[in-house]
Order: sequence, then structure tokens, then C-alpha cells
Amino acid sequence: MSRIGSYFLFLGTLFRNREKLSVYLGLIINECTSIGVGSIFIVALVNIFIGAVTCVQTAYNLTNPFVPKYIIALIVRDSSILELAPTLSCIVLAGKVGSNIASELGTMRITEQVDALEVMGINSSSYLILPKVIASVLMFPLLVIMAAFLAILGGYIAGTLAGVISAEEYVTGLRFDYKPFGIAFALIKTVVFAFLISTISAFQGYNVSGGALEVGAASTSAVTNSCIAIVAADFVLTQLLLT
Amino acid sequence: MIDIKNITKSFGGRQVLAGINGSFKPGDTSLIIGGSGTGKSVLLKCMIGLIAPDTGEVLYDGRNFLTSDLNEQKAIRREMGVLFQGSALFDSKTVLENVRFPLDMLTEQSESEKVERAQECLRRVGLENAGDRMPSEISGGMKKRVGIARAIVLNPKYLFCDEPNSGLDPLTSIKIDQLISEITDEFQITTVVITHDMNSMMEIGEKIMFLYEGKKLWQGDSSTLTKSGVKELNEFINANKLIREMEK
Ligand SMILES: Nc1ncnc2c1ncn2[C@@H]1O[C@H](COP(=O)(O)OP(=O)(O)OP(=O)(O)O)[C@@H](O)[C@H]1O
Ligand SMILES: [Mg+2]
Repeated sequence: MSRIGSYFLFLGTLFRNREKLSVYLGLIINECTSIGVGSIFIVALVNIFIGAVTCVQTAYNLTNPFVPKYIIALIVRDSSILELAPTLSCIVLAGKVGSNIASELGTMRITEQVDALEVMGINSSSYLILPKVIASVLMFPLLVIMAAFLAILGGYIAGTLAGVISAEEYVTGLRFDYKPFGIAFALIKTVVFAFLISTISAFQGYNVSGGALEVGAASTSAVTNSCIAIVAADFVLTQLLLT
Repeated sequence: MIDIKNITKSFGGRQVLAGINGSFKPGDTSLIIGGSGTGKSVLLKCMIGLIAPDTGEVLYDGRNFLTSDLNEQKAIRREMGVLFQGSALFDSKTVLENVRFPLDMLTEQSESEKVERAQECLRRVGLENAGDRMPSEISGGMKKRVGIARAIVLNPKYLFCDEPNSGLDPLTSIKIDQLISEITDEFQITTVVITHDMNSMMEIGEKIMFLYEGKKLWQGDSSTLTKSGVKELNEFINANKLIREMEK
């Protein structure tokens, strides 16, 4: 509980006594490259297969002849956009980006690099962490848009190759009863998840004390805590926005 | 001139510093010596504002560092250079970028002025050709020297070094000591060095402060070090082989 309190205090330090904005610009661009571009492959791979599996499994479960085949595509579409692409991608990103942020900051802390910034009069938390948070909030939504698209594409490829649905039926299903708010909902969720993952991981890493062992532990708890926060936020946001 | 007055610090009820007083003069290389765990690093961190002491004052040329507002603290920090025990170079930056980092963050100099100044400092520590290397590619002694270059790049008035020669061979260690001492003389810096190293004490210790279990037991210069009559200090010195052999 006191840890949650210090997490919120920590969030405050990110925005107080910032450096000049020009300092952050270059840092944000670097972080966007490493966080965003560096995660394209894993997010793409996971989502293509998730889409494919969703399509084939749904087809397998829909044995009732009165349910038209295009419903399969509709289910792939809605579950991808609403849940699988944002939430699963963010869980994957918590593992990749979150552990990276925690171990990088943790290492900087135990090797006194954070202290070195502080004695120069630089607000180390904002200098080191704010660019990562901003880059995550900017890049995660782009990754999730790609993820949703690829999941639907994965469903299409798997469905047609396995012969469970024809190309026309799949496209009909995609266009049937389409609610654009789904995309907005996915992006809102993603922004929240991005903020949670980057700040929780940074909090874990920045407050490491000890040695390499503690950095490893911080990196692990960054991932587990981020995942818990993601599913909790997912539930709350779904309740708030979809009911 | 740095004055410290009645610095105390406890961690979880255990007192680590018990009212330390002292003053450090410009142009002197002042040493803080003492056994492991006696609070040397904690004292240094209190002086440079990384740990808040429970009581006490730290005065930089009369300016009270701990109670001054953020802008004044920043101004004092700009006049400090710190060499950390593990060098604390930024791993993601090259040697040259490390050295010019304080210039980038804290000055408005032009690109060429910054490169010029950073190169000058690297030359000063004998590493003018290592600018493009990453910290992971250079040896521990080189890292220390890069750390010194970074610490002096803004022409500090106050230089702090936490064990500049731990983990180095005796020759490199002497070179680093001499470098610190030369820079101190040349620019009339107020330099505070923490060390365990007997060679350093004899070589560069103009003023020496001996800490024992969080208390200052003795202060003097290297010529009177062995004649202090303080039992704990003598034990500390005698534990050192070199002196014992010199006495033979
Ligand atoms: N952040 C901290 N929290 C709790 N205790 C601490 C903290 N920092 C230091 N201490 C304790 O304070 C005591 C003095 O530590 P300090 O690092 O100053 O020793 P030192 O004199 O520098 O020793 P060494 O020569 O081994 O570096 C130690 O017993 C240490 O356990
Ligand atoms: Mg120490």
C-alpha cells in the first residue's frame, strides 16, 4: 500500500523542475525508435497468429448451420480490435519494453549514473523517465493499430487456407454491423496501458538499491506489476466505456 | 572553501555520522580516511546533497547548501565536480559525449566550443584518442580518468572523489592521485578525496581527516599522521603493510 503511495509521489517528480523542452526532443525520438520500431516484429508476429487461431477456433466452435459463416469474421474483427490487439500486445510489450526500462534504470541507479545526474543539478527522474513515458504513449497506439490490422489479416489467411470460410464471407463479416467506436476504445485502452507499463517499470527500476540481483528482481516485478495493472485497467475501462 | 558543521545522520535508528565538523580550503587536496563502514561515503553524499543529513550545515564559500532554494542549489552544483567510486559513466554515450554532457546540459556554448573543451579535458587526463570509444570498451583506470575529465569540464571550484584509486594497480593509482593533486593546485580547487590507500595519504594528503565509527577522531597533515597518538588511527595505519615495512 505504501508502495502505491510512493508510486504516485514518484509520478509527481517526473513533471516537477523539468529541463528545457529542447533537451527532451532528441531523447524522445531515440526512445520512440527503440520502444516503437524495436517492438514491431514481436507484436506483428504474435498478432498474426492470434488472429489466425481466433478464426480457426471460432469456426471449429460454430457448428450450428443456422449461423452464417461471416459471423466468424465478425468475431475475429471484434475480439481483435476490442481486446486481443490492445491487451495482448500490451502484455507482450510489458514483457519487452517494461523489463527493458526497469533493468536500464536499475543498472543506472546501482552504478551511480543516477547520482551523477543529480549532482549536476539535473532532475534525473524526469530526464531519464519522461522521454520513455512519452515515447510509449506515442508509439504503443501505432503498434496496436498495426496489431489489430495484422490479427484480422492473420484470421483471413488462416480461415481461407484452412477452408473454414471463403474470402467473400470473411469480407462481408468484417463489414457487418461495424461500430467505429471500437477503434477509439482500443486506442484509449492502449494509451492507458502505455502509461501504466512505462511508469510502473520506471518506478521499479529507478528505486532499485543493491546490486545486479536486485536489478533482476526489479525487472521481474516490473513485468508482473504491469500485467496486473493492465488487466485491472482493462476491466475498469471496459466497464466504463462499453456499458 | 567548504565548511561542514555538526553533520549527523542515522539510518533506521543506527547512527552513522555523529556530529562531524571540518573545513576544506581551496588549493588543498583534503583526504577523508577511515575503515570500511565508518561513514565516509555517507559524509561525502551529505556534502554534495545526495543524502539529506539529520542535522548540520554545509557551507560553500559561506552559502548554505542545504537550506538554499532550488536555483541557488543548482548554481552551487554547477561549481561541483564529482568522481564516483565506480566512475558512473553513462553507458549509452561515448567517452567524448560523457565528458561534454555537463556542457550540453548546463551551458549555452556552441558545438565547436563544447567539443574543444571536452577534448581539452580528455587531453588533460591523457585520453585524447579514446573519445569515440564506449565506456564498456575501456579499462577501469581509463574510466576513472574519463570520470575526472567529466568532473573538471565545467572548471569546478569544488572537486569530490570517492575512492579514486580503489581497484587500480599501484602505478595507475599514483598517476590518478597526481592528476587530482595537479589539477587542484593549478586551478586552486577545493578538493575532497576519500581513500583507503596509504600511498595516496603520504603522496597527496595535505589535510587529512580520520573518521572512526561516525566520529572525527583526528585531523592533520601527512607529516603528523604517524605521530597523532590516537590509538584507532595508529591501528588503522599499522594495518597497512607498507608503513610497517617502511618502519623496519
Ligand atoms: N542508504 C543507506 N541506508 C541505510 N544504511 C546505509 C545507507 N548508506 C550507508 N549506510 C550504512 O552507513 C554505514 C556507513 O556507510 P559508508 O558507505 O559511508 O561507509 P564507508 O566509510 O564509505 O565504507 P567503505 O570504505 O567500505 O566505502 C554503513 O554501515 C552502511 O551500512
Ligand atoms: Mg565508501
